[in-house]
Amino acid sequence: MAESLLAALVSLNGPGHYFHWHWIDISYANLTVIALMVVTFVAALFVPFPGRRHKKETK
Amino acid sequence: MSESPDVKVAPWTGPQRPYDIIKEGTIAFVVVAILTIGLALVFSSPDDPQVTVQQWSTKAPIDFAQTALAELNGTSGTAQYGAPYNTASSGQQLGPFTLAKWLGATIPVNTVRDFVVDPLTDQPATPALSSALTQWKGASATQRTAWVDAYTKASGKMTFTNGTVSVPTNAAGPVPVMINTLEQMARSGALDQALVTQSGFYTSNFTLPLLFLADGSYLGDLAQQRHLLGTQWGMMNETGNYPGQAWLWLYTFWYQVPPFSTSANADVQVWGIMMLLSLLLLLVPFIPGLRSIPRWTRVYRLIWRDHYRAQGA
Amino acid sequence: MSSTEIDRQWTTRLRHRVAHRLPPEKMLPDTQPAYVASWIYVFGVTTLSAFAVVVLSGFILALKGPQWWHVSGIGHFVNSLHLWSVEIFFFAMVIHLWGKYFMAAWRGGRSLTWVTGVVTFLVSIATAFTGYVSQTNFDSQWISTQAKDGINSTGAGSFFNVLNFGQMLMWHIVLLPLAAVVLTGLHVLMVRAKGVVPPFEEKEEAR
Ligand code: HEM
Repeated sequence: MAESLLAALVSLNGPGHYFHWHWIDISYANLTVIALMVVTFVAALFVPFPGRRHKKETK
Repeated sequence: MSESPDVKVAPWTGPQRPYDIIKEGTIAFVVVAILTIGLALVFSSPDDPQVTVQQWSTKAPIDFAQTALAELNGTSGTAQYGAPYNTASSGQQLGPFTLAKWLGATIPVNTVRDFVVDPLTDQPATPALSSALTQWKGASATQRTAWVDAYTKASGKMTFTNGTVSVPTNAAGPVPVMINTLEQMARSGALDQALVTQSGFYTSNFTLPLLFLADGSYLGDLAQQRHLLGTQWGMMNETGNYPGQAWLWLYTFWYQVPPFSTSANADVQVWGIMMLLSLLLLLVPFIPGLRSIPRWTRVYRLIWRDHYRAQGA
Repeated sequence: MSSTEIDRQWTTRLRHRVAHRLPPEKMLPDTQPAYVASWIYVFGVTTLSAFAVVVLSGFILALKGPQWWHVSGIGHFVNSLHLWSVEIFFFAMVIHLWGKYFMAAWRGGRSLTWVTGVVTFLVSIATAFTGYVSQTNFDSQWISTQAKDGINSTGAGSFFNVLNFGQMLMWHIVLLPLAAVVLTGLHVLMVRAKGVVPPFEEKEEAR
Protein backbone atom coordinates (compact mmCIF):
# COMPACT_ATOMS: atom_id res chain seq x y z
CA MET A 1 0.00 0.00 0.00
CA ALA A 2 2.60 2.52 1.12
CA GLU A 3 4.82 1.20 -1.62
CA SER A 4 2.33 1.83 -4.42
CA LEU A 5 1.62 5.29 -3.07
CA LEU A 6 5.29 6.07 -3.45
CA ALA A 7 5.46 5.27 -7.17
CA ALA A 8 5.73 8.13 -9.66
CA LEU A 9 2.53 9.95 -10.58
CA VAL A 10 4.12 11.13 -13.81
CA SER A 11 6.57 8.67 -15.27
CA LEU A 12 9.67 10.18 -16.77
CA ASN A 13 10.92 6.77 -17.87
CA GLY A 14 10.67 5.72 -21.50
CA PRO A 15 12.55 7.18 -24.46
CA GLY A 16 14.10 10.57 -23.75
CA HIS A 17 13.26 13.67 -25.77
CA TYR A 18 16.02 15.81 -27.12
CA PHE A 19 16.36 19.27 -28.57
CA HIS A 20 18.77 19.13 -31.46
CA TRP A 21 20.00 22.26 -33.24
CA HIS A 22 23.23 22.26 -35.23
CA TRP A 23 25.76 20.80 -32.80
CA ILE A 24 23.64 21.55 -29.74
CA ASP A 25 21.98 18.44 -28.39
CA ILE A 26 20.25 18.67 -25.02
CA SER A 27 17.46 16.81 -23.28
CA TYR A 28 14.24 18.73 -22.72
CA ALA A 29 14.59 17.83 -19.04
CA ASN A 30 17.95 19.61 -18.74
CA LEU A 31 16.74 22.44 -20.95
CA THR A 32 13.77 22.94 -18.63
CA VAL A 33 16.02 23.01 -15.58
CA ILE A 34 18.36 25.55 -17.15
CA ALA A 35 15.51 27.74 -18.39
CA LEU A 36 13.95 27.66 -14.92
CA MET A 37 17.25 28.74 -13.43
CA VAL A 38 17.48 31.76 -15.70
CA VAL A 39 13.83 32.64 -15.07
CA THR A 40 14.30 32.29 -11.32
CA PHE A 41 17.42 34.46 -11.40
CA VAL A 42 15.72 37.20 -13.39
CA ALA A 43 12.66 37.01 -11.14
CA ALA A 44 14.88 37.31 -8.07
CA LEU A 45 16.27 40.55 -9.51
CA PHE A 46 12.94 42.09 -10.44
CA VAL A 47 10.32 40.88 -7.99
CA PRO A 48 10.08 43.37 -5.10
CA PHE A 49 11.25 42.02 -1.76
CA PRO A 50 8.51 42.32 0.85
CA GLY A 51 8.97 44.35 3.99
CA ARG A 52 11.01 47.47 3.54
CA ARG A 53 10.01 49.67 0.68
CA HIS A 54 6.71 51.21 1.65
CA LYS A 55 7.17 52.18 5.28
CA LYS A 56 10.51 53.90 5.30
CA GLU A 57 10.78 55.45 1.91
CA THR A 58 7.46 57.20 1.92
CA LYS A 59 8.51 59.18 4.98
CA MET B 1 47.35 49.52 -5.38
CA SER B 2 43.94 48.17 -4.53
CA GLU B 3 41.91 51.33 -4.37
CA SER B 4 39.81 49.74 -7.12
CA PRO B 5 36.08 49.81 -6.39
CA ASP B 6 36.06 46.15 -7.46
CA VAL B 7 38.22 45.30 -4.46
CA LYS B 8 37.48 47.83 -1.73
CA VAL B 9 34.34 49.00 -0.08
CA ALA B 10 33.95 50.91 3.14
CA PRO B 11 32.18 49.12 5.99
CA TRP B 12 28.51 50.01 6.21
CA THR B 13 27.58 52.65 8.76
CA GLY B 14 24.11 53.36 7.43
CA PRO B 15 20.74 52.23 8.76
CA GLN B 16 19.90 48.67 9.79
CA ARG B 17 16.57 46.95 9.65
CA PRO B 18 15.12 43.99 11.56
CA TYR B 19 15.93 40.69 9.89
CA ASP B 20 15.20 37.29 11.47
CA ILE B 21 17.75 34.92 9.92
CA ILE B 22 16.65 31.88 11.95
CA LYS B 23 13.07 32.36 10.79
CA GLU B 24 14.30 32.82 7.22
CA GLY B 25 16.37 29.63 7.47
CA THR B 26 13.48 27.64 8.91
CA ILE B 27 11.12 28.78 6.20
CA ALA B 28 13.68 28.01 3.52
CA PHE B 29 14.22 24.51 4.90
CA VAL B 30 10.52 23.75 5.08
CA VAL B 31 9.92 25.05 1.56
CA VAL B 32 12.81 23.05 0.12
CA ALA B 33 11.76 19.90 2.00
CA ILE B 34 8.18 20.18 0.72
CA LEU B 35 9.37 20.85 -2.82
CA THR B 36 11.68 17.83 -2.67
CA ILE B 37 8.93 15.55 -1.38
CA GLY B 38 6.58 16.86 -4.06
CA LEU B 39 9.04 16.29 -6.89
CA ALA B 40 9.89 12.82 -5.54
CA LEU B 41 6.21 11.86 -5.33
CA VAL B 42 5.36 13.20 -8.76
CA PHE B 43 8.41 12.13 -10.74
CA SER B 44 10.15 9.43 -8.66
CA SER B 45 13.70 8.70 -9.91
CA PRO B 46 15.28 6.60 -12.65
CA ASP B 47 16.80 3.18 -12.00
CA ASP B 48 17.71 1.31 -15.17
CA PRO B 49 18.79 -2.15 -14.10
CA GLN B 50 22.43 -3.14 -14.23
CA VAL B 51 23.79 -5.11 -17.17
CA THR B 52 25.46 -8.45 -16.45
CA VAL B 53 27.99 -10.34 -18.53
CA GLN B 54 25.37 -13.09 -18.56
CA GLN B 55 22.82 -10.77 -20.14
CA TRP B 56 25.38 -9.43 -22.62
CA SER B 57 26.48 -12.89 -23.81
CA THR B 58 22.87 -14.08 -24.00
CA LYS B 59 21.58 -11.08 -25.98
CA ALA B 60 24.70 -10.58 -28.12
CA PRO B 61 26.66 -13.85 -28.12
CA ILE B 62 28.85 -12.95 -31.10
CA ASP B 63 29.74 -9.53 -29.68
CA PHE B 64 30.76 -11.25 -26.46
CA ALA B 65 32.87 -13.89 -28.25
CA GLN B 66 34.56 -11.26 -30.44
CA THR B 67 35.35 -9.22 -27.33
CA ALA B 68 36.78 -12.29 -25.61
CA LEU B 69 38.94 -12.81 -28.68
CA ALA B 70 40.04 -9.17 -28.57
CA GLU B 71 41.15 -9.71 -24.97
CA LEU B 72 43.11 -12.76 -26.13
CA ASN B 73 44.74 -11.19 -29.20
CA GLY B 74 45.44 -7.89 -27.51
CA THR B 75 43.27 -5.63 -29.68
CA SER B 76 40.66 -4.68 -27.06
CA GLY B 77 40.43 -1.20 -25.59
CA THR B 78 41.73 -2.44 -22.26
CA ALA B 79 44.56 -4.46 -23.81
CA GLN B 80 45.84 -1.36 -25.60
CA TYR B 81 45.01 1.14 -22.89
CA GLY B 82 48.32 1.93 -21.24
CA ALA B 83 48.39 3.36 -17.71
CA PRO B 84 46.96 2.75 -15.20
CA TYR B 85 46.16 -0.77 -16.48
CA ASN B 86 49.26 -1.77 -18.46
CA THR B 87 52.15 -0.43 -20.51
CA ALA B 88 50.77 -1.27 -23.95
CA SER B 89 50.72 2.40 -24.97
CA SER B 90 51.80 5.69 -23.51
CA GLY B 91 48.21 6.91 -23.23
CA GLN B 92 47.00 10.45 -23.75
CA GLN B 93 49.32 13.38 -23.67
CA LEU B 94 49.03 17.07 -23.01
CA GLY B 95 51.78 18.58 -25.14
CA PRO B 96 54.92 16.83 -23.98
CA PHE B 97 53.31 15.55 -20.77
CA THR B 98 52.24 11.90 -20.57
CA LEU B 99 50.64 12.30 -17.17
CA ALA B 100 49.07 8.85 -16.98
CA LYS B 101 52.26 7.10 -17.99
CA TRP B 102 54.26 8.97 -15.38
CA LEU B 103 51.98 7.78 -12.63
CA GLY B 104 52.33 4.24 -13.87
CA ALA B 105 50.34 1.04 -14.25
CA THR B 106 49.12 0.89 -10.67
CA ILE B 107 46.02 -1.20 -11.43
CA PRO B 108 47.59 -3.96 -13.51
CA VAL B 109 45.25 -5.78 -15.87
CA ASN B 110 46.50 -8.53 -18.13
CA THR B 111 43.60 -9.17 -20.47
CA VAL B 112 44.70 -12.70 -21.49
CA ARG B 113 45.17 -13.85 -17.94
CA ASP B 114 42.43 -11.88 -16.14
CA PHE B 115 39.61 -12.11 -18.67
CA VAL B 116 40.23 -15.51 -20.27
CA VAL B 117 42.70 -17.93 -18.74
CA ASP B 118 42.09 -17.36 -15.02
CA PRO B 119 38.29 -17.52 -15.25
CA LEU B 120 38.53 -20.70 -17.34
CA THR B 121 40.87 -22.22 -14.78
CA ASP B 122 38.21 -21.56 -12.11
CA GLN B 123 35.64 -23.61 -14.03
CA PRO B 124 34.88 -27.18 -13.03
CA ALA B 125 37.05 -29.12 -15.46
CA THR B 126 35.61 -30.98 -18.41
CA PRO B 127 37.98 -33.22 -20.38
CA ALA B 128 37.93 -30.85 -23.36
CA LEU B 129 38.62 -27.75 -21.25
CA SER B 130 41.34 -29.44 -19.20
CA SER B 131 43.25 -30.55 -22.23
CA ALA B 132 42.81 -27.14 -23.90
CA LEU B 133 44.20 -25.36 -20.85
CA THR B 134 47.06 -27.84 -20.50
CA GLN B 135 47.89 -27.32 -24.15
CA TRP B 136 47.74 -23.50 -23.75
CA LYS B 137 49.77 -23.34 -20.58
CA GLY B 138 52.43 -25.66 -21.96
CA ALA B 139 52.86 -23.79 -25.23
CA SER B 140 55.50 -21.21 -26.12
CA ALA B 141 54.53 -17.59 -26.67
CA THR B 142 55.09 -17.94 -30.43
CA GLN B 143 52.87 -20.99 -30.56
CA ARG B 144 50.09 -19.21 -28.67
CA THR B 145 50.32 -16.25 -31.00
CA ALA B 146 50.11 -18.52 -34.03
CA TRP B 147 46.93 -20.16 -32.67
CA VAL B 148 45.34 -16.85 -31.77
CA ASP B 149 46.24 -15.38 -35.18
CA ALA B 150 44.70 -18.33 -36.99
CA TYR B 151 41.51 -17.93 -34.96
CA THR B 152 41.48 -14.18 -35.48
CA LYS B 153 41.82 -14.56 -39.26
CA ALA B 154 38.84 -16.86 -39.40
CA SER B 155 36.78 -14.89 -36.89
CA GLY B 156 35.07 -12.85 -39.59
CA LYS B 157 33.04 -16.00 -40.25
CA MET B 158 32.25 -16.64 -36.60
CA THR B 159 28.85 -18.23 -36.00
CA PHE B 160 26.78 -18.96 -32.96
CA THR B 161 24.49 -21.92 -33.52
CA ASN B 162 22.92 -24.35 -31.07
CA GLY B 163 24.62 -22.57 -28.24
CA THR B 164 28.12 -23.03 -29.67
CA VAL B 165 30.61 -20.48 -30.96
CA SER B 166 32.48 -21.76 -33.99
CA VAL B 167 34.99 -20.42 -36.41
CA PRO B 168 36.14 -22.22 -39.60
CA THR B 169 39.75 -23.08 -38.81
CA ASN B 170 41.74 -26.12 -37.71
CA ALA B 171 44.93 -24.25 -36.97
CA ALA B 172 43.87 -22.53 -33.75
CA GLY B 173 44.87 -25.23 -31.26
CA PRO B 174 43.01 -24.84 -27.94
CA VAL B 175 41.60 -21.39 -28.74
CA PRO B 176 38.19 -22.53 -30.10
CA VAL B 177 37.52 -24.55 -26.94
CA MET B 178 38.66 -21.65 -24.75
CA ILE B 179 36.45 -19.07 -26.44
CA ASN B 180 33.48 -21.39 -26.58
CA THR B 181 33.83 -22.40 -22.94
CA LEU B 182 34.13 -18.75 -21.91
CA GLU B 183 30.90 -18.09 -23.81
CA GLN B 184 29.14 -20.93 -21.97
CA MET B 185 30.54 -19.66 -18.71
CA ALA B 186 29.30 -16.16 -19.45
CA ARG B 187 25.82 -17.37 -20.40
CA SER B 188 25.51 -19.35 -17.19
CA GLY B 189 26.42 -16.31 -15.08
CA ALA B 190 29.59 -17.96 -13.81
CA LEU B 191 31.86 -15.43 -15.52
CA ASP B 192 30.21 -12.53 -13.66
CA GLN B 193 31.25 -14.26 -10.44
CA ALA B 194 34.69 -15.34 -11.61
CA LEU B 195 35.61 -11.78 -12.60
CA VAL B 196 34.78 -10.26 -9.23
CA THR B 197 36.08 -13.03 -6.98
CA GLN B 198 39.63 -12.99 -8.24
CA SER B 199 40.65 -11.04 -5.17
CA GLY B 200 38.97 -13.53 -2.84
CA PHE B 201 35.67 -13.88 -1.04
CA TYR B 202 34.79 -10.30 -0.11
CA THR B 203 34.97 -7.75 -2.86
CA SER B 204 33.77 -4.28 -3.66
CA ASN B 205 35.92 -3.72 -6.72
CA PHE B 206 34.37 -4.12 -10.16
CA THR B 207 37.29 -2.97 -12.27
CA LEU B 208 37.60 -6.25 -14.21
CA PRO B 209 33.95 -6.88 -15.15
CA LEU B 210 33.43 -3.19 -15.98
CA LEU B 211 36.47 -3.07 -18.25
CA PHE B 212 35.38 -6.30 -19.96
CA LEU B 213 31.83 -4.98 -20.46
CA ALA B 214 33.12 -1.67 -21.80
CA ASP B 215 35.35 -3.46 -24.32
CA GLY B 216 32.29 -4.93 -26.07
CA SER B 217 29.70 -3.01 -28.10
CA TYR B 218 26.67 -4.12 -26.11
CA LEU B 219 26.99 -1.61 -23.25
CA GLY B 220 27.71 1.24 -25.68
CA ASP B 221 24.70 0.29 -27.82
CA LEU B 222 22.43 0.49 -24.80
CA ALA B 223 23.95 3.86 -23.90
CA GLN B 224 23.46 5.16 -27.41
CA GLN B 225 19.77 4.24 -27.33
CA ARG B 226 19.57 6.23 -24.09
CA HIS B 227 21.39 9.19 -25.60
CA LEU B 228 24.29 8.88 -23.19
CA LEU B 229 27.30 8.77 -25.52
CA GLY B 230 30.03 11.34 -25.09
CA THR B 231 29.34 12.53 -28.63
CA GLN B 232 25.69 13.06 -27.67
CA TRP B 233 26.56 15.44 -24.80
CA GLY B 234 25.84 12.31 -22.79
CA MET B 235 27.71 13.37 -19.68
CA MET B 236 24.96 15.73 -18.65
CA ASN B 237 22.16 13.33 -19.57
CA GLU B 238 20.15 10.94 -17.44
CA THR B 239 18.18 7.88 -18.56
CA GLY B 240 14.55 8.53 -19.57
CA ASN B 241 13.34 12.11 -19.32
CA TYR B 242 14.99 12.94 -16.02
CA PRO B 243 17.24 15.95 -15.64
CA GLY B 244 20.89 14.91 -15.35
CA GLN B 245 24.08 16.64 -14.37
CA ALA B 246 23.26 19.90 -16.15
CA TRP B 247 26.18 21.50 -14.30
CA LEU B 248 28.53 19.50 -16.55
CA TRP B 249 27.37 21.41 -19.64
CA LEU B 250 30.64 23.21 -20.20
CA TYR B 251 32.74 20.08 -19.64
CA THR B 252 30.75 18.03 -22.14
CA PHE B 253 30.52 20.99 -24.55
CA TRP B 254 34.25 20.88 -25.39
CA TYR B 255 33.98 17.31 -26.60
CA GLN B 256 31.48 18.41 -29.28
CA VAL B 257 33.67 20.99 -31.00
CA PRO B 258 36.96 20.86 -32.91
CA PRO B 259 39.76 20.31 -32.23
CA PHE B 260 38.64 18.16 -29.31
CA SER B 261 35.89 16.31 -31.17
CA THR B 262 38.53 14.65 -33.33
CA SER B 263 41.52 14.66 -30.99
CA ALA B 264 43.05 11.44 -29.67
CA ASN B 265 44.03 13.42 -26.59
CA ALA B 266 40.61 15.01 -26.05
CA ASP B 267 40.19 13.77 -22.48
CA VAL B 268 43.34 15.27 -21.11
CA GLN B 269 42.94 18.47 -23.16
CA VAL B 270 39.39 19.03 -21.94
CA TRP B 271 40.45 18.29 -18.37
CA GLY B 272 43.24 20.80 -18.76
CA ILE B 273 40.85 23.47 -20.00
CA MET B 274 38.34 22.81 -17.25
CA MET B 275 40.99 22.99 -14.55
CA LEU B 276 42.17 26.28 -15.98
CA LEU B 277 38.63 27.68 -16.15
CA SER B 278 37.92 26.50 -12.60
CA LEU B 279 41.04 28.31 -11.46
CA LEU B 280 39.84 31.46 -13.24
CA LEU B 281 36.48 31.23 -11.47
CA LEU B 282 38.27 30.72 -8.17
CA LEU B 283 40.47 33.76 -8.74
CA VAL B 284 37.78 36.11 -10.09
CA PRO B 285 38.21 38.56 -7.17
CA PHE B 286 41.86 39.02 -8.17
CA ILE B 287 41.60 39.23 -11.95
CA PRO B 288 41.29 42.77 -13.34
CA GLY B 289 38.61 42.99 -15.99
CA LEU B 290 36.83 39.82 -14.94
CA ARG B 291 36.13 41.34 -11.53
CA SER B 292 34.92 44.62 -13.06
CA ILE B 293 32.14 43.17 -15.21
CA PRO B 294 29.65 43.39 -12.32
CA ARG B 295 30.32 47.13 -11.99
CA TRP B 296 30.17 47.73 -15.73
CA THR B 297 26.97 45.76 -16.35
CA ARG B 298 25.21 47.51 -13.47
CA VAL B 299 23.01 44.53 -12.68
CA TYR B 300 23.68 45.45 -9.05
CA ARG B 301 21.48 48.53 -9.51
CA LEU B 302 18.49 46.19 -9.71
CA ILE B 303 19.52 44.27 -6.62
CA TRP B 304 20.08 47.36 -4.50
CA ARG B 305 17.50 49.60 -6.18
CA ASP B 306 15.83 50.54 -2.87
CA HIS B 307 19.19 51.62 -1.52
CA TYR B 308 20.05 53.80 -4.51
CA ARG B 309 16.56 55.26 -4.60
CA ALA B 310 16.81 56.16 -0.90
CA GLN B 311 20.24 57.64 -1.52
CA GLY B 312 19.02 59.71 -4.43
CA ALA B 313 16.04 61.04 -2.47
CA MET C 1 49.19 32.40 38.94
CA SER C 2 49.49 35.78 37.27
CA SER C 3 46.84 37.01 34.94
CA THR C 4 49.43 37.57 32.22
CA GLU C 5 50.20 33.88 32.37
CA ILE C 6 46.54 33.13 31.80
CA ASP C 7 46.37 35.71 29.03
CA ARG C 8 49.22 34.03 27.23
CA GLN C 9 47.63 30.59 27.20
CA TRP C 10 46.77 29.26 23.76
CA THR C 11 43.31 28.47 25.03
CA THR C 12 42.70 31.98 26.27
CA ARG C 13 44.05 33.54 23.15
CA LEU C 14 41.88 31.34 20.93
CA ARG C 15 38.80 32.24 22.99
CA HIS C 16 39.57 35.95 22.71
CA ARG C 17 40.09 35.73 18.98
CA VAL C 18 36.87 33.83 18.39
CA ALA C 19 34.93 36.16 20.64
CA HIS C 20 36.44 39.14 18.87
CA ARG C 21 35.87 37.92 15.30
CA LEU C 22 32.54 36.22 15.89
CA PRO C 23 30.68 37.82 18.80
CA PRO C 24 27.13 36.50 19.31
CA GLU C 25 25.63 39.62 17.69
CA LYS C 26 27.50 38.77 14.52
CA MET C 27 26.87 35.02 14.66
CA LEU C 28 23.14 35.47 15.14
CA PRO C 29 22.32 39.07 14.22
CA ASP C 30 18.83 40.43 14.61
CA THR C 31 19.21 43.16 12.03
CA GLN C 32 20.73 43.48 8.57
CA PRO C 33 21.90 46.59 6.74
CA ALA C 34 19.02 48.38 5.04
CA TYR C 35 20.26 47.49 1.55
CA VAL C 36 19.65 43.76 2.19
CA ALA C 37 16.29 43.80 0.47
CA SER C 38 16.24 41.51 -2.55
CA TRP C 39 15.15 37.96 -3.28
CA ILE C 40 18.66 37.24 -4.52
CA TYR C 41 19.76 36.99 -0.89
CA VAL C 42 17.64 33.92 -0.20
CA PHE C 43 19.60 31.64 -2.52
CA GLY C 44 22.45 31.12 -0.07
CA VAL C 45 20.12 29.87 2.62
CA THR C 46 18.15 27.89 0.01
CA THR C 47 21.38 26.14 -1.01
CA LEU C 48 22.06 25.44 2.64
CA SER C 49 18.56 24.00 3.12
CA ALA C 50 18.83 21.80 0.04
CA PHE C 51 22.19 20.59 1.27
CA ALA C 52 20.56 19.62 4.56
CA VAL C 53 17.87 17.62 2.72
CA VAL C 54 20.56 15.93 0.61
CA VAL C 55 22.46 14.89 3.72
CA LEU C 56 19.35 13.72 5.60
CA SER C 57 18.06 11.62 2.70
CA GLY C 58 21.58 10.24 2.27
CA PHE C 59 21.57 9.22 5.93
CA ILE C 60 18.38 7.23 5.41
CA LEU C 61 19.88 5.51 2.35
CA ALA C 62 22.96 4.72 4.44
CA LEU C 63 20.85 3.00 7.11
CA LYS C 64 20.02 0.14 4.76
CA GLY C 65 23.05 0.08 2.48
CA PRO C 66 23.73 0.77 -1.18
CA GLN C 67 21.41 -1.84 -2.79
CA TRP C 68 18.30 -1.29 -0.70
CA TRP C 69 16.68 1.25 -2.99
CA HIS C 70 16.55 -1.20 -5.91
CA VAL C 71 14.33 -3.64 -4.03
CA SER C 72 12.16 -1.49 -1.77
CA GLY C 73 9.46 1.01 -2.72
CA ILE C 74 10.31 3.08 0.34
CA GLY C 75 13.99 2.88 -0.54
CA HIS C 76 13.26 4.07 -4.05
CA PHE C 77 11.26 6.98 -2.67
CA VAL C 78 14.18 7.97 -0.42
CA ASN C 79 16.43 7.77 -3.46
CA SER C 80 14.03 10.12 -5.25
CA LEU C 81 14.29 12.55 -2.33
CA HIS C 82 18.06 12.35 -2.59
CA LEU C 83 18.08 12.97 -6.36
CA TRP C 84 15.64 15.88 -6.35
CA SER C 85 17.27 17.60 -3.40
CA VAL C 86 20.56 17.39 -5.29
CA GLU C 87 18.93 19.00 -8.32
CA ILE C 88 17.54 21.79 -6.11
CA PHE C 89 20.91 22.14 -4.39
CA PHE C 90 22.77 22.78 -7.64
CA PHE C 91 19.92 24.92 -8.98
CA ALA C 92 20.05 27.21 -5.96
CA MET C 93 23.85 27.18 -5.73
CA VAL C 94 24.31 28.33 -9.33
CA ILE C 95 21.80 31.19 -8.91
CA HIS C 96 23.58 32.08 -5.66
CA LEU C 97 26.86 32.16 -7.59
CA TRP C 98 25.42 34.39 -10.32
CA GLY C 99 23.95 36.71 -7.71
CA LYS C 100 27.20 37.02 -5.75
CA TYR C 101 29.09 37.64 -8.96
CA PHE C 102 26.89 40.53 -10.01
CA MET C 103 27.10 42.01 -6.54
CA ALA C 104 30.91 41.62 -6.66
CA ALA C 105 30.45 40.18 -3.19
CA TRP C 106 34.19 39.59 -2.76
CA ARG C 107 34.77 43.31 -2.09
CA GLY C 108 35.92 44.64 1.27
CA GLY C 109 38.06 41.68 2.34
CA ARG C 110 35.53 39.04 1.35
CA SER C 111 37.62 37.29 -1.30
CA LEU C 112 38.04 34.19 0.84
CA THR C 113 34.27 33.88 1.04
CA TRP C 114 34.16 33.73 -2.74
CA VAL C 115 37.08 31.29 -2.87
CA THR C 116 35.53 28.88 -0.36
CA GLY C 117 32.28 29.14 -2.34
CA VAL C 118 33.98 28.09 -5.58
CA VAL C 119 35.84 25.24 -3.86
CA THR C 120 32.55 24.05 -2.37
CA PHE C 121 31.01 24.14 -5.84
CA LEU C 122 33.83 21.96 -7.23
CA VAL C 123 33.68 19.57 -4.29
CA SER C 124 29.91 19.29 -4.77
CA ILE C 125 30.42 18.31 -8.41
CA ALA C 126 32.84 15.58 -7.33
CA THR C 127 30.41 14.42 -4.66
CA ALA C 128 27.57 14.19 -7.16
CA PHE C 129 29.79 12.32 -9.59
CA THR C 130 30.83 9.70 -7.04
CA GLY C 131 27.15 9.36 -6.15
CA TYR C 132 26.25 8.65 -9.76
CA VAL C 133 28.87 5.91 -9.98
CA SER C 134 27.75 4.39 -6.66
CA GLN C 135 24.18 3.75 -7.79
CA THR C 136 24.85 0.08 -8.64
CA ASN C 137 22.72 0.19 -11.79
CA PHE C 138 23.12 0.78 -15.52
CA ASP C 139 23.86 4.47 -14.98
CA SER C 140 26.80 3.77 -12.73
CA GLN C 141 28.17 1.11 -15.09
CA TRP C 142 28.04 3.49 -18.01
CA ILE C 143 29.17 6.64 -16.22
CA SER C 144 32.12 4.94 -14.54
CA THR C 145 33.39 3.25 -17.68
CA GLN C 146 33.15 6.56 -19.55
CA ALA C 147 34.58 8.77 -16.83
CA LYS C 148 37.58 6.52 -16.27
CA ASP C 149 39.12 7.79 -19.52
CA GLY C 150 38.98 11.43 -18.48
CA ILE C 151 40.31 10.76 -15.01
CA ASN C 152 42.95 8.25 -16.17
CA SER C 153 44.21 10.74 -18.77
CA THR C 154 45.20 13.15 -15.99
CA GLY C 155 47.08 10.45 -14.11
CA ALA C 156 44.64 10.60 -11.19
CA GLY C 157 43.26 7.22 -12.25
CA SER C 158 46.31 5.59 -10.75
CA PHE C 159 44.97 6.25 -7.26
CA PHE C 160 41.34 7.28 -7.84
CA ASN C 161 39.80 4.21 -9.50
CA VAL C 162 36.26 5.04 -10.59
CA LEU C 163 35.65 1.34 -11.37
CA ASN C 164 36.25 0.42 -7.75
CA PHE C 165 32.78 0.62 -6.27
CA GLY C 166 33.94 0.36 -2.66
CA GLN C 167 36.37 3.22 -3.09
CA MET C 168 33.80 5.43 -4.83
CA LEU C 169 31.15 4.75 -2.21
CA MET C 170 33.57 5.72 0.56
CA TRP C 171 34.42 8.97 -1.20
CA HIS C 172 30.75 9.65 -1.76
CA ILE C 173 29.48 9.03 1.75
CA VAL C 174 32.49 9.95 3.90
CA LEU C 175 35.30 12.02 2.47
CA LEU C 176 33.58 14.38 0.04
CA PRO C 177 30.48 15.13 2.18
CA LEU C 178 32.79 15.84 5.11
CA ALA C 179 34.77 18.26 2.95
CA ALA C 180 31.56 19.90 1.72
CA VAL C 181 30.21 20.31 5.26
CA VAL C 182 33.47 21.80 6.56
CA LEU C 183 33.81 24.15 3.59
CA THR C 184 30.19 25.26 3.83
CA GLY C 185 30.67 25.89 7.54
CA LEU C 186 33.73 28.06 6.94
CA HIS C 187 31.92 29.85 4.11
CA VAL C 188 28.93 30.77 6.25
CA LEU C 189 31.11 31.75 9.24
CA MET C 190 33.07 34.11 7.00
CA VAL C 191 29.87 35.73 5.81
CA ARG C 192 28.76 36.20 9.39
CA ALA C 193 32.14 37.58 10.48
CA LYS C 194 32.34 40.10 7.64
CA GLY C 195 28.68 40.99 7.26
CA VAL C 196 26.89 41.23 3.95
CA VAL C 197 28.78 43.19 1.29
CA PRO C 198 27.66 46.87 0.91
CA PRO C 199 26.52 48.25 -2.47
CA PHE C 200 28.93 49.96 -4.88
CA GLU C 201 29.46 53.57 -3.82
CA GLU C 202 28.07 55.89 -6.49
CA LYS C 203 29.37 59.22 -5.23
CA GLU C 204 28.68 61.47 -8.22
CA GLU C 205 25.09 60.39 -8.45
CA ALA C 206 24.39 60.46 -4.74
CA ARG C 207 25.67 63.95 -4.09
C1 HEM D 1 27.23 24.55 -0.67
C2 HEM D 1 27.19 25.63 -1.35
C3 HEM D 1 26.96 27.01 -0.75
C4 HEM D 1 26.23 27.35 0.35
C5 HEM D 1 25.45 26.42 1.29
C6 HEM D 1 26.32 28.78 0.49
C7 HEM D 1 25.70 29.49 1.50
C8 HEM D 1 25.79 30.87 1.66
C9 HEM D 1 25.04 31.65 2.58
C10 HEM D 1 23.96 31.10 3.54
C11 HEM D 1 25.41 32.95 2.46
C12 HEM D 1 24.85 34.18 3.19
C13 HEM D 1 23.51 34.57 2.60
C14 HEM D 1 23.56 35.08 1.20
O1 HEM D 1 24.16 36.15 0.94
O2 HEM D 1 23.03 34.41 0.31
C15 HEM D 1 26.45 32.99 1.46
C16 HEM D 1 27.13 34.12 1.03
C17 HEM D 1 28.08 34.16 0.02
N1 HEM D 1 28.34 33.14 -0.89
FE1 HEM D 1 27.75 31.22 -0.70
N2 HEM D 1 27.10 29.27 -0.52
C18 HEM D 1 27.49 28.24 -1.31
C19 HEM D 1 28.25 28.30 -2.47
C20 HEM D 1 28.79 29.48 -2.99
C21 HEM D 1 29.40 29.62 -4.28
C22 HEM D 1 29.51 28.50 -5.31
C23 HEM D 1 29.82 30.93 -4.38
C24 HEM D 1 30.52 31.65 -5.50
C25 HEM D 1 31.40 31.15 -6.26
C26 HEM D 1 29.48 31.59 -3.17
C27 HEM D 1 29.79 32.91 -2.87
C28 HEM D 1 29.31 33.61 -1.78
C29 HEM D 1 29.70 34.95 -1.40
C30 HEM D 1 30.77 35.81 -2.12
C31 HEM D 1 28.94 35.29 -0.28
C32 HEM D 1 29.02 36.61 0.50
C33 HEM D 1 27.81 37.41 0.22
C34 HEM D 1 27.85 38.81 0.74
O3 HEM D 1 28.77 39.23 1.47
O4 HEM D 1 26.89 39.54 0.39
N3 HEM D 1 28.82 30.71 -2.34
N4 HEM D 1 26.65 31.69 0.97
